[in-house]
Amino acid sequence: MIAEFGLAALWLAAALAALQLLAGVLGLTARGAELGQIVRPLAVVQGVLTLLSFLALMVLFWQTDLSVKLVAMNSHSAKPLLYKLAGTWGNHEGSMLLWVMVMGLAGSFVALVERRLPEPTMLATLAGQAFVSLGFYAFLLFSSNPFERLNPAAPEGQGLNPLLQDPGLAFHPPTLYIGYVGLSVAFSFAIGALVTREVGPAFARAMRPWVLGSWIFLTLGIVAGSYWAYYELGWGGWWFWDPVENASLMPWLAATALLHSVSVLAARNALRAWTVMLGVVAFSMSMVGTFLVRSGILTSVHAFAVDPERGSFILALLLINIGGALALFGLRAGTVTEGERFALTSREGALVFNNVLLSATLGIVLLGTLYPLLAEALGAQVSVGPPYFNPMSAVFVVPMLVVMGIGPLLRWRRDSLARVRWSVIVPLALMLLTGAAFALKGVAVLPVLGMALAAGLVVASLLPLRGRKLRQVKLPLWGMVVAHFGVAVALFGMACDSAYTTEKLVALREGETVAVGPWQIDLVAIEPVAGPNWTALQATLSARYDGGSAVKLQPQARSFWTPPQQTSESALETRWNGQLYAVLGERAEDGRWQLRLWWKPFVTLIWYGGVLIALGGLLALLGRVASDLRRFIARDKIAYRKSRQGR
Amino acid sequence: MSDPVTSAQVKTARWALWLPLVLFGAFVVLVLFGLLRPAEREVRSKMIGKPLPEFSLQPAIADRPGFARADMATGQPRLLNIFASWCIPCAVEAPQLLALKQAGVQIDGVAIRDKREDVEAFLARHGNPFARIGADNVSAIQFAIGSSGVPESFVIDGKGVIRYQHIGEIRPEHVPVILEKLQEAGR
Repeated sequence: MIAEFGLAALWLAAALAALQLLAGVLGLTARGAELGQIVRPLAVVQGVLTLLSFLALMVLFWQTDLSVKLVAMNSHSAKPLLYKLAGTWGNHEGSMLLWVMVMGLAGSFVALVERRLPEPTMLATLAGQAFVSLGFYAFLLFSSNPFERLNPAAPEGQGLNPLLQDPGLAFHPPTLYIGYVGLSVAFSFAIGALVTREVGPAFARAMRPWVLGSWIFLTLGIVAGSYWAYYELGWGGWWFWDPVENASLMPWLAATALLHSVSVLAARNALRAWTVMLGVVAFSMSMVGTFLVRSGILTSVHAFAVDPERGSFILALLLINIGGALALFGLRAGTVTEGERFALTSREGALVFNNVLLSATLGIVLLGTLYPLLAEALGAQVSVGPPYFNPMSAVFVVPMLVVMGIGPLLRWRRDSLARVRWSVIVPLALMLLTGAAFALKGVAVLPVLGMALAAGLVVASLLPLRGRKLRQVKLPLWGMVVAHFGVAVALFGMACDSAYTTEKLVALREGETVAVGPWQIDLVAIEPVAGPNWTALQATLSARYDGGSAVKLQPQARSFWTPPQQTSESALETRWNGQLYAVLGERAEDGRWQLRLWWKPFVTLIWYGGVLIALGGLLALLGRVASDLRRFIARDKIAYRKSRQGR
Repeated sequence: MSDPVTSAQVKTARWALWLPLVLFGAFVVLVLFGLLRPAEREVRSKMIGKPLPEFSLQPAIADRPGFARADMATGQPRLLNIFASWCIPCAVEAPQLLALKQAGVQIDGVAIRDKREDVEAFLARHGNPFARIGADNVSAIQFAIGSSGVPESFVIDGKGVIRYQHIGEIRPEHVPVILEKLQEAGR
């Protein structure tokens, strides 16, 4: 029953989306104005239905209902509860349902709270949201039905990929999805604004919380994903430029650019066409990323159940949504009236630089991700990795970081570099000194650049607070400062990791000792251990930092039996100044055990920095929402008074 | 004097507004190529078409010998089956392996990370289709021939070259395919 209920809710939601699209379009015409009134309620009900449908699937996974094909294929009765629930979105069909649910809920939320925009723009926006949703409903219902029954029911489920059975990963996909799909609202706002040509500060203010919110989730999702890859894959790296990672990085880059240009539009009514364009691009990148991952067109360590038919379906969706939006942009952007003017040296100017550089980085990542395909079309087999991505992205990221240090100090509209030269002298000097110090120690070019920029940015990011009373600083400004500071922190972590990591691959007998960086590590014992749905060989290591007291590390080589697969569980010891990372490898013929050990100074700063960036976004979002609320309440009060006076 | 404030606002050319759509068009063309290419959509070993790497395996149980790379190049095609007693799909494919043996196929097994008693119990219960069984306690062979899990089966031709890889359990409908591949390898 539950499966049928979920499916019915999904069909009904799809029907309401069709109605919402129709009513929205007709509502824009002179005759159908009355129809427009049902658009908001439709959007709300549609969102609730998708939520019910998703909850139904979750209940099926919770009960491990093996008469449902998706559950039988991806779950198992012996799985811990958390992973049973996480199984809901740990597969293609469930994750697409999650996608549709987030989209539906976002649409209801917009319909409920957004009152600033002129009604025609709202209608066009909600019609746009319904249009995009319809494509995904069709995808779910016709080619990826999560509620399909299995007759007869399976005796037992096939289990969830063991790599995914990890608390971090249970929450990583939904976080990323909220970010991806939240951008659909920005997309729909852009469509709405193009249809009615109402691009201005009100449009930017309506769009901004959505961009900020999605961006926060995307940031957290990427940080979590990076940390997961770091400790779960056991390769000691934190970013691999894998297509799936790039698929999440590209919307993030576009959203970051959008976040900055939307501020210019809100504050200064400039960069109109560009902001609309980015609004389209950001969600397009989410869809392109999903397509690249799901179609199996690129080879990745993350391969989802790959299906060319699904690939074609998503490609058709891309063609209609992105192609349509870009065509609309080509037709209409020229008629969107020009925004305010500004000088090159100004806050706007710096933000334009930032936007151009972020877009260029996005281009580099997209090109690198697609290049293997391009090469194959020309008859060659290549794989593109860090040797391309690292230097190429550095070309654009380095100047961007410099602009990031100076931009916030500039005034809106028109300023001169001469005015801020005394402010930037401290960070600049710090940057040069740090760079020189590390370069003399013989560190490679990119890490030196990274450390120098990080040192400069740590100070420069705090400069906008100079000469202000800290208590009176508004939340959005705090947000910017914290986020930029976070970039400096993460950058320092990355540079330290690449410059100072010590790696050892050793073969030890029980009782033997090895030194890695400042650590002395004993292999105490190797024993078998058993978990709920796996068995493992576990090494017990005793590690001393610089002759201090011993800490215990227990890396494992795990064997899961549903499905049969082996994973290595690395063990980490975190200190304030870095992490010790241990992986248990194979047993050698002579009875020794292979161990891979890393000492990674300050590596944790990468993720702390990432969390700070997201926190900055959160502060800005809270500040914006609070001031919107205040304005909203004030307007209501005025309206109330007027109505009293009129009586 | 002109207003210096105007300098950054260059009027965008009309054609430039269509540029994103053109780029997107290029992306679609590229991706269409990728979707339409005739591709193997499963992970295949890079070793197909290459000779087996050097290896030498101790016997996994008492009454079957172990084997080495040299034993595989006998002039006759053979099936190399990678299995383990702890692997449930391996039990599922056991009847099909027995059927292949009935059809005259020479099958060599590699027991991955296993114990002698367990392998013996497994074979006693599900039947023993193997001519030889080597023990691979460190998954060395598995990595060397590019196998990503158990069970997997490889068709090896008479010269010791890997001709075909079957990932996952051999189901009844796979038996004719494997027989055909073995025949091809024997030609």
